Amino acid sequence: MNPVATPYFFYGLAAVAVLSAIAVIMRRNPVHSAIALIFTLLSLAGLYLMLYAPFVAGVQIILYVGGIVVLFLFVIMLINIDSMQREYQFNKQWLVALLAAAGLGVLFVAVYVKGQAIFPQHAIRFVEEKNTQQVGKMLYVDYLLPFEIASLLLLVAIVGAVVMAKKRI
Amino acid sequence: MEITTLHYLVVAAALFIIGTVGVLTRRNVVIILMSIELILNAVNLNLVAFSRLYGLHGQVFSIFVITDAAAEAAVGLGILIAFFRNKETVNADEIDLLKF
Amino acid sequence: MLQNFLNYLNQNVTPGQAGAYIWVVIYILIIFAAVSVAVIAMNWLERKILAHMQVRLGPMRVGPHGLLQPFADALKLLLKEDIIPTGADKLVFWMAPVVVVLTAFTTYIVIPFGPTHAVTDMNIGILFMLGVASLGTLGIIMAGWASNSHYPLLGSLRSSAQMVSYEVAMGMAVVSAVLMTSLTGLGVYGIGGTGDTLGTLSMIEIVRAQMNQHVWFAFKFFPLGLLAFGIFAIAMVAETNRAPFDLPEAESELTAGFHTEYSGFRWSLFFLAEYAAMIAVSSIAVTLWLGGWLRPFPHWLGGDTWDTAFSFFPALTFFVLAGLTLRTTMRMPKHPYFKIQKTGLGVFGLLLGAIGLVLLAPPVRDRIQDIYWFTIKVAGFMYMYIWYRGTFPRYRFDQLMKLGWKFMIPAGIGVLIATALAGVL
Repeated sequence: MNPVATPYFFYGLAAVAVLSAIAVIMRRNPVHSAIALIFTLLSLAGLYLMLYAPFVAGVQIILYVGGIVVLFLFVIMLINIDSMQREYQFNKQWLVALLAAAGLGVLFVAVYVKGQAIFPQHAIRFVEEKNTQQVGKMLYVDYLLPFEIASLLLLVAIVGAVVMAKKRI
Repeated sequence: MEITTLHYLVVAAALFIIGTVGVLTRRNVVIILMSIELILNAVNLNLVAFSRLYGLHGQVFSIFVITDAAAEAAVGLGILIAFFRNKETVNADEIDLLKF
Repeated sequence: MLQNFLNYLNQNVTPGQAGAYIWVVIYILIIFAAVSVAVIAMNWLERKILAHMQVRLGPMRVGPHGLLQPFADALKLLLKEDIIPTGADKLVFWMAPVVVVLTAFTTYIVIPFGPTHAVTDMNIGILFMLGVASLGTLGIIMAGWASNSHYPLLGSLRSSAQMVSYEVAMGMAVVSAVLMTSLTGLGVYGIGGTGDTLGTLSMIEIVRAQMNQHVWFAFKFFPLGLLAFGIFAIAMVAETNRAPFDLPEAESELTAGFHTEYSGFRWSLFFLAEYAAMIAVSSIAVTLWLGGWLRPFPHWLGGDTWDTAFSFFPALTFFVLAGLTLRTTMRMPKHPYFKIQKTGLGVFGLLLGAIGLVLLAPPVRDRIQDIYWFTIKVAGFMYMYIWYRGTFPRYRFDQLMKLGWKFMIPAGIGVLIATALAGVL
């Protein structure tokens, strides 16, 4: 299927992603930051769809937006005190942040300019109808050990989170 | 103008820089954790953008990154709740004692 | 241009796959109108059926036998004053019903009403539906928080905790059904197959797999398919916050829970989203376990004569409905005050009969088959929802969470492992 209006979709989604990310770090109210994070994650899912990765987009929507942001919102509502919002929200490290941003910017520009040679010219033709099947096959054949380790990691995270949040162990 | 891989990499770089500034500048630990999620998403976008050129390995790795981000967010928020129960604050610069 | 437009009718893929965007828009409009009509009908049906189960009559005054009651309700809700509580966060308060309605309606993109009657057939169909259904949880959290009042906040936190817990159980049941698509044996126990192929997450392919394997997945590997179907059926009732899992929105417990502070049109958006979500998860259950658009026994009672016999069912349904309506018209009291209601009901009965006659015509008969069987199965699920509401007492919240985490999830994992073993051994 031929994609249609690709530059419009790309610029629109990229603009929503970057503007929502700026809103995440600038808003005083943590619930507004969480909602801006939802918009960023959803626009990133759209960008994954444009990159012919529907499975990753689906996983992003279920896990990130439907799981992690819900977790954030629960915690924000459980510990939200109104007096928190009237305090000054930014620590005084804006100079360090500016230096870090400038450093990272220079680093990225250098990498992209010097590394132009390694980008292959043509994209690989993916058969889009079989994306999930191929990713699944790769997970179970090439990457079986990381898959099992990831499941152990999730088990450890569940036990750890439950123990940390209990009132009396 | 044709959208090349470089466009996606620039978006990912912008998200990474915004996430880093958020981690370094905010006091509220919950917002710091959200900025870390932004950084991880920037990495994911990079991986998926390159997987278009080099094969499906990037997408598989990005699924692992999403899984790890979920585990880390859960544990981080658990630690935050445990801390909040003791000291009643979520500002990073007020969490400065090793023992109460 | 017009030729391009009409070109799609000769193809046999969904409009999304064919790239015919005007047809995509037409399908979306048809689905939107159909779901709105279905929600209106569900409103009336729920009140009447609950009333008859409780040996009373339900709405009888507004139209003949209360048929115009939903329109009166809609008019009242549209004209009510729009109250926003003081101290409520206006942006989030506005956004919450919009998010809930958007996610409830976005799931209809991939629902297959027939082999080519879907808006599009995504490769990740079922994953997309589960993901967008989990986005609805966010809308409920936003609604409870933005109301700046403790009853809605408690109700929304309880409601979203319940939805998140039962999503895991739903996911386990869905994964076991998706697993069955790749085990291509024939018949109930899947023996004598053609080797295994890759499974699929796409909704249309799941129904095709049931067609190729000559069995509905609810009856495959005999107790396992039924168990997975049962787990999904219970989890979907909990997911949509309906009885007996409706503690967060029960009037006697929490004064209507997360939508307490919403009035008028905003409340009707929540109501619309709830019924649309009910129809959407019932469609998932029908597609995954009950064979989607397939008629009963497509292979056992196969052949041309059985096909034509089954193709009379749509017209038969409408004739039965028209007969019931006309019989009720005859039995209405013979007082002159009832003349308007009698004529109204008679006209409605004649309309149903006319639709039945239209469905008898052979060209319509062939095309309407798939949509009819799908709709009848989903309508069965809707009736079961109303039946549950009239029969079961409410679960207390800790009982609900205990059921979700300590029974549904282990049962789901057990069914998944047993299905995998049964398919491979």
